[in-house]
Amino acid sequence: MSENLVVPTMAEMMAKGEQPEVLFWVGCSGSFDDRAKKITKAFVRILNKANVKFAVLGTEEGCTGDPAKRAGNEFLFQMQAMMNIQVFDGYEVKKIVTACPHCFNTIKNEYPELGGTYEVVHHTEFLKSLLDEGRLTIEGGKFKGKRITFHDPCYLGRANKVYEAPRELIQKLDAELVEMKRSKANGLCCGAGGAQMFKEPEKGNKDVNMERTDDALEVKPNIIAAGCPFCNTMLTDGVKFNHKEGDVQVLDVAELIANAQDL
Amino acid sequence: MHILSSLLFITLTVVGFGFFAINAKKIYRNIKLGQPVDRTDNPQNRWRNMLLVAFGQKKMFARPIPALLHLAIYVAFMITQIELIEIFIDGIFGTHRIFKDSLGGFYTFMISLIEILSLAALFATLVFLSRRNLLKLPRLNMHDLLGWPKKDANLILMMEIILVLCIFTMNGTDEVLFNMGKSHFAGQGSFNFSVSQYLGPAVFGSLSEGALHVLERIGWWGHFIMVLCFLNYLYYSKHLHILLAFPNTYFANLKPLGAFDNLESVTNEVKLMMDPNADPFAAPAPDENAVPAKFGAQDVQDLNWVQLLNAYSCTECGRCTSSCPANITGKKLSPRAIMMKTRDRLEEVGKNIDANKGTFVPDGKTLLNDYITTEELWACTTCNACVEECPIEISPVSIIMDMRRYLVMEQSAAPMELNAMMTNIENNAAPWQYSQMDRLNWKDEN
Ligand code: SF4
Ligand code: SF4
Repeated sequence: MSENLVVPTMAEMMAKGEQPEVLFWVGCSGSFDDRAKKITKAFVRILNKANVKFAVLGTEEGCTGDPAKRAGNEFLFQMQAMMNIQVFDGYEVKKIVTACPHCFNTIKNEYPELGGTYEVVHHTEFLKSLLDEGRLTIEGGKFKGKRITFHDPCYLGRANKVYEAPRELIQKLDAELVEMKRSKANGLCCGAGGAQMFKEPEKGNKDVNMERTDDALEVKPNIIAAGCPFCNTMLTDGVKFNHKEGDVQVLDVAELIANAQDL
Repeated sequence: MHILSSLLFITLTVVGFGFFAINAKKIYRNIKLGQPVDRTDNPQNRWRNMLLVAFGQKKMFARPIPALLHLAIYVAFMITQIELIEIFIDGIFGTHRIFKDSLGGFYTFMISLIEILSLAALFATLVFLSRRNLLKLPRLNMHDLLGWPKKDANLILMMEIILVLCIFTMNGTDEVLFNMGKSHFAGQGSFNFSVSQYLGPAVFGSLSEGALHVLERIGWWGHFIMVLCFLNYLYYSKHLHILLAFPNTYFANLKPLGAFDNLESVTNEVKLMMDPNADPFAAPAPDENAVPAKFGAQDVQDLNWVQLLNAYSCTECGRCTSSCPANITGKKLSPRAIMMKTRDRLEEVGKNIDANKGTFVPDGKTLLNDYITTEELWACTTCNACVEECPIEISPVSIIMDMRRYLVMEQSAAPMELNAMMTNIENNAAPWQYSQMDRLNWKDEN
């Protein structure tokens, strides 16, 4: 399958004297985490299918600094931010799309003060715009009638008020979108944010991702959709813990669309 | 007699407001102990936010039932203040219902409105009391609230009941007296106030004229004294929010919740580090007397004044805590407790300053560790659910973040796994141990 992925880098584009329509920021998770790499590829397949002229930074990309910042290490964060801004500006980047809400939030909201202002969109927003412009069509086929619930990533939803784009995409699949009792502005965190992904949780009587998985399983979905690689991991773990991995899949919105299209 | 009661009235007023002014000054001084932060941008949005959130109680309506009850008390409280103007004039000059003649029908309407709202407020107060004490609503009965906070909440509700009872005693007995032609207000008949025209005769109808006069005065003075007590009680109570909710929402953060501030002091250093050609001497000469800036917050003085204003404004409603994923899953973190502890420490620092002629003498304590533990701080997922829920736009996360910054940048006291994550970012530009050179490998993998 890999042979038909077309993934140009910014350096290659520049060598050819071209400028992509959008820079795809893959993020650390999307680059290195085995589960998240599938999301990355699904998104690339859609971009390829829709003939979007995009590029990635590849080895020139480096952590946005989000986990360092939320852990309290402002130095490390700003170092990362300024290095990335130098790279962006070197390539005259204007628009950035990413499948990671943490990268999305940081580049969009925290880089401007440090000198890096770009148009930043989450991949669900980008896919929705492709759809609206007629560059992409989605046929529900495979997911028709399936119960899908969407988990709002904190850094996409509450932090940036992106609630509708992922939902509209899911509805395009002719699926039945069911809402959990805590959703949108009242959504519950998956437990990974604020650098929690990288440490053991503090003592309590339950892990946050278990609480959130319970919310999701309560609505008896066939699929739990997510728009964040970290949420994806947390919820997948929760589903496995409940021995439900046979019945309930955890998929990124990009994967839903790519799979529906059999890309 | 008139002179005596006028004197008493004036004395009480001066003492009551004087005390209030002294305490208000202390609060102002304490809030100013915080670091500067600019919240003067976008005045239009700020006014709108204040009108919607504080005045219009927009965020309260996420939970409609308490919102309606709260609204009843809030509106009753606001409108009752109008009656207070009359009480002041009557109190000072020994007059009685000074506005009745000049305002005529409007007077009847206003007092009737006050009576109806007071009745609604009384109902709301009784519901609130039972929610706290009989139904034991979890968010109002968590261990954060043991001791004073719980008494505080109940006390204020009792005060409200007394206040309403005073209003009805005052108007009810006066109604009976007026019917008899014996009111201090000249003439005879019914005042036609919506509630007391029925309530008065029904409750007080059988009393003697003397008893009625005494009760009327008890209601009148009681009303006035309760207002003064209430005013001065605010300072010691979460009920400061009835005043501070307004500035608090005006100065609230207008940026997206995910945008955390970038420490400027760090930016300058990072710029110097990144730019090999930067001339370190080009920077303005460091001020000899300047206290070296701390990174992050260890104590209340390291927080900014908006965070301190937040602490004074918190109503201890616990909406934040009941939506906090860490708290829901049994961790020690409670965003409400973060706000309450910040206020407690700030009060302690303020008292220290008062006791030491205007300067703070280190007392061997800090907000960090003595009030807020690292276990609480590290449990936060920075999900902002607490900020979303807060009816007056308080941000517990911003305090949590500033304290984490202190732990990491001043004390290198991050949990071990986080240190590993940060080392990885430093070395490989990823939180995991993978080489940056492998970042595009996914493209060719299956
Ligand atoms: S941001 Fe932190 S304190 Fe606030 S609700 Fe989320 S986990 Fe709790
Ligand atoms: S911070 Fe806000 S939500 Fe939390 S207790 Fe205080 S007023 Fe209520």
